[in-house]
Amino acid sequence: MEPIRQIRSRTVVLPFTNIDTDQIIPARFLRTTTRAGLGKQLFADWRYGADGAPKPEFALNRPEAAGCAVLVSGRNFGCGSSREHAPWALLDYGIRAVISTEIADIFRTNSLKNGLLPIEVDERTGQWLLAHSGAEVSIDVDTTTLRLPDGTAVEFPLEAFARYCLLNGTDQLGFLLSREREIAAYEQGARP
Amino acid sequence: MAQSIAASAASGVGNVKTMFQKVWEQHEVVAETPDTPAVLYIDRHLIHEVTTPQAFTVLHERGLKVRRPERTLATIDHSSPTRTDQIFGGVPITIESAATQIAQLQRNCAEFGIELFDLKSDQRGIVHIIGPESGFTLPGQTIVCGDSHTSTHGAFGALAFGIGTTEVGHVLATQCLLQRRPRTFAINVPGALPPGVTAKDLILSIIGEIGIGGGTGYVLEYRGAAIRSLSMEERMTVCNMSIEAGARAGMIAPDDTTYNYLKTRPRAPKADAWERALAHWRTLPGDPGATFDREITIDSGRLEPMITYGTNPGMVVAVSGNIPQRRNDPVFDKALAYMGLTAGAPIGGQPVNVVFIGSCTNGRLSDLRSAAQLLRGHHIARGVRALVVPGSQQVKKAAEAEGLDRIFIDAGAEWRESGCSMCLGMNGDTVDSGEYSISTSNRNFEGRQGPGARTLLASPMTAAASAVRGRVTDPREFLNG
Repeated sequence: MEPIRQIRSRTVVLPFTNIDTDQIIPARFLRTTTRAGLGKQLFADWRYGADGAPKPEFALNRPEAAGCAVLVSGRNFGCGSSREHAPWALLDYGIRAVISTEIADIFRTNSLKNGLLPIEVDERTGQWLLAHSGAEVSIDVDTTTLRLPDGTAVEFPLEAFARYCLLNGTDQLGFLLSREREIAAYEQGARP
Repeated sequence: MAQSIAASAASGVGNVKTMFQKVWEQHEVVAETPDTPAVLYIDRHLIHEVTTPQAFTVLHERGLKVRRPERTLATIDHSSPTRTDQIFGGVPITIESAATQIAQLQRNCAEFGIELFDLKSDQRGIVHIIGPESGFTLPGQTIVCGDSHTSTHGAFGALAFGIGTTEVGHVLATQCLLQRRPRTFAINVPGALPPGVTAKDLILSIIGEIGIGGGTGYVLEYRGAAIRSLSMEERMTVCNMSIEAGARAGMIAPDDTTYNYLKTRPRAPKADAWERALAHWRTLPGDPGATFDREITIDSGRLEPMITYGTNPGMVVAVSGNIPQRRNDPVFDKALAYMGLTAGAPIGGQPVNVVFIGSCTNGRLSDLRSAAQLLRGHHIARGVRALVVPGSQQVKKAAEAEGLDRIFIDAGAEWRESGCSMCLGMNGDTVDSGEYSISTSNRNFEGRQGPGARTLLASPMTAAASAVRGRVTDPREFLNG
């Protein structure tokens, strides 16, 4: 994973609560054996009509959304299934951070393992961001702050080890493999 | 001295512990610190064809082996067909991408030495059905799977939760996960469930009460007399939907109901090993006085058969009730527009097109029995399509031995081979756009059962009653004669 220190981008807003993983990427697109190319199926049922043509009114299809790397949504983003295809699809599309007042557990874990930043903000900041699509924000992983266009800095929670891994591009599997001695010792004493 | 103070502070006042704390601490290979999460040992790993191919690719790329292949068990469920001729009759799987995914799991299991319940195996079924029924799932274990409904196994007093594909790779390579300790949330259900109210109705009520994000960051523990009186299959239904309240795991303390269920399972410990295991399991329930980070109590006497009306499992009402009204809530309006339903209207009487009985939530033998009991001597309404999909081949065999298949077929339903099927429609078993489906599964998200499909979640009894009438029906109308 490449180190991530800063993200600067305009926001694109999906003003809905409880956006679930079936919306992020519908189950019929999970019949794949790779993680590549899922961006075109991101939000497929909201983004495209039955004929496959993009719906012009959907936020991601508007011209001003082009190039936006920060997605803002209502409370409880990413609820539902454990499919890692959800962060893979967001990243492949070009989203690098998701901001909400609440982010579902498994989605958050999966995102951090792939370098997609899940950012939880307070209600007031969340409301402001929902009302200001296209706002230019900057995210600093080192200081765990989100900077709004007026310069306001909002701190966001980021688990210490996840932050370290993002900043250093640390490979978590490598970290686990390095605990071989402890794992072997545990297995020696483990119940059957 | 300093160390012992720290240890008792971490594990509760006076060293009394919840069941979760005990299971967690027994699996810490390395305890968490402010800088690093715990290294948590994983006893049991279930895998299936959809969320594993990319994990095996990582093993290949890095030249890694599966550390403890005997601790992983594979099945094929999500994208597998349910038509008998496609499983046993040599008719090819229609969806090429599904066939590719299945073939890849078969190759990966052969290469890495992992036991697979293959397509034609009579042991095959949905991961969360085959784990418990084979005795692979045991109390006090840590159990993970690349599927969010892994919470099901918590019914045995295991710490069981869903993981993503990267973490599947971590478990394959190291048998461990990096985890922060979640908070604890007790859900007390004293008393008894009223007649006609099932475990599904109970968990839908709980989700309605705490909300679909209400359990985020917590491990739930369901407690109280109403929980104790549930069978293991009913307890699994409750724990299964913990994730629909946002909780990765839900647990129920093991007791004689648990041990009686497990004793004859093929993979459960035998003889002396059984006695040793039992002695350990009896130490698992939480200590008296152990405290939780959050706690609520459900008034079981007021519970009713429940059904969802919206696009998440928290949008739920009594089958006998009305769809709520909410002012100035565009998300609520969007959900009702998708569902084609009217705020304030009764949900009872709403016509349905499709009935699905199955899934890891309600695809076990007792679920099929309760649906069959209601369908016996009746025929499903004209124009309704009903699909009954057993949760496993063992469930199918047991149901057929009791003649349940005949009841379903005589009632006009389709009787299929096991799998996830119409719960998420990955295998082509889908609901058409705009159709109403009353489903015993776990998610009513937009498009979950097919693009444009409108899902109403309910118990097997409510689904069966609604199949007969062709509209949403309170099952108590049948029970009262």
